[in-house]
Amino acid sequence: MRNGDLHVLRAGALTTVQDLGRPGYAHLGVPRSGALDPAALRLANRLVGNPEDAAGLEITLTGCALRLSRAATVAVTGADVEVRIGERPGDTGRPLSAPAGAVLRIAPARRGVRSWLAVCGGIDVPPVLGSRATDTLSGLGPPPLRDGDRLPLGTPAGPPPPVDVTVAPAHPDELRLRVRLGPRDDWFTPVALDRLLGTAYTVSPVSNRVGARLAGAPLPRAMARELPSEGIVLGAVQVPADGQPLVFLADHPTTGGYPVIGVVDDVTALAQARPGTTVRFHGPQR
Amino acid sequence: MRIRRVGAYALLLDCGEDEPDVPGRVEAWRAELARRRDRGELDAIEIVPAAATVLLDGVPDPAATARSIAGWTPRPAPVRGTAGVVEVPVTYDGADLPAVAEHWGASVPAVVERLAGTEFRVAFCGFAPGFPYLTGLPAALALPRLPTPRARVPAGSVALAGPYAGIYPTASPGGWLLVGRTGLVLFDVAADPPARLTPGTRVRLAPA
Repeated sequence: MRNGDLHVLRAGALTTVQDLGRPGYAHLGVPRSGALDPAALRLANRLVGNPEDAAGLEITLTGCALRLSRAATVAVTGADVEVRIGERPGDTGRPLSAPAGAVLRIAPARRGVRSWLAVCGGIDVPPVLGSRATDTLSGLGPPPLRDGDRLPLGTPAGPPPPVDVTVAPAHPDELRLRVRLGPRDDWFTPVALDRLLGTAYTVSPVSNRVGARLAGAPLPRAMARELPSEGIVLGAVQVPADGQPLVFLADHPTTGGYPVIGVVDDVTALAQARPGTTVRFHGPQR
Repeated sequence: MRIRRVGAYALLLDCGEDEPDVPGRVEAWRAELARRRDRGELDAIEIVPAAATVLLDGVPDPAATARSIAGWTPRPAPVRGTAGVVEVPVTYDGADLPAVAEHWGASVPAVVERLAGTEFRVAFCGFAPGFPYLTGLPAALALPRLPTPRARVPAGSVALAGPYAGIYPTASPGGWLLVGRTGLVLFDVAADPPARLTPGTRVRLAPA
């Protein structure tokens, strides 16, 4: 390995390789995938001098431990986590220098769910359809990390740029998500629209990279017939037969057969929402 | 055709469920939008046809794009013919052939003859990368899915559900009725395009 590698000592609950995904293939049934919070991955990449679209790791809730075979600048963004390089504590949101052979430990998240790790040079697994992202729905891209894996690193582009300060993300107990109604809001009763915009939902534990499942007042339909499959966008709020909304995230299917009552403008806050987090929707006009 | 807004950066062209020849209208719009995008007249990252709609996603200015589309008339989908038809070699030995025959009130050989003699077209892809929804069977022959999906359907399985025929590119759970299998590789990440059967492609399920 000319550029060295990352040796996975502890993979954690779900650690995947992610970049900005593979847009442009939805008509072939290929999900976009990519980091659940692209801005956080871009920031981590900038902090280590990578192009913003370099591949990093998306680490879920329980953390992970990795050994770097070469010296590297690394950065962790996203959830509130303790980072250690060897015995030395490091901060999130800033570049950290790790010597060759150092063990990088990301502890379980204190607040939030997901962290993004960038290593200078990027994770250099072979791209699939222009992306190194793990798509948990279709299985494209590298499988989720397992203990003992070795991930090749790429060539560092140059020294990281000087950075003043990054802002630590907030992890509120209640999310307010802006939603635009449609394309199928006319498939629901007025009561459903009132409930969607007027009552609180909570994030369900069965949420994943495909979607955030919410629990709360069910959204009754005005039309009982089956919706022919239609294209799905990131942030679509789909309402299956049980009336409980599901907000689609990066690994969402390209088509779906349940009506979409509205679309959330920015889903990145859901990437950090733990089960039980309160979610309130509001319309763009409010 | 009605244009519906989808979030901040997408539009849904709704060809209606109850109009005549919905798959033909969807294909006409898909082809028109793809041509316009190739000519630089349409800015969209994704053009995703489906059963009765075409989704445009990654549209920087949906309001302006919706106004442009309102002034466009799609050319009709190409008439059936022999040119450009992909022959998929199918071994008709699916476990659900007798069930299909019963639904259709026909014999198993008549079912095979019907499928082999139909010119299909890829209406859209979905469910899995490279999974084609093939349209071409009359609505009267639409079939229900299995009440309990199979845990594993092998790759290359040719199957029917609703008004569609489909082919499983990879092994997966599935609730469609199995009529046969093909050795044709439907999805290859090293190929360009990676899907063998892309929307608009005409297809024959020829006996192997």
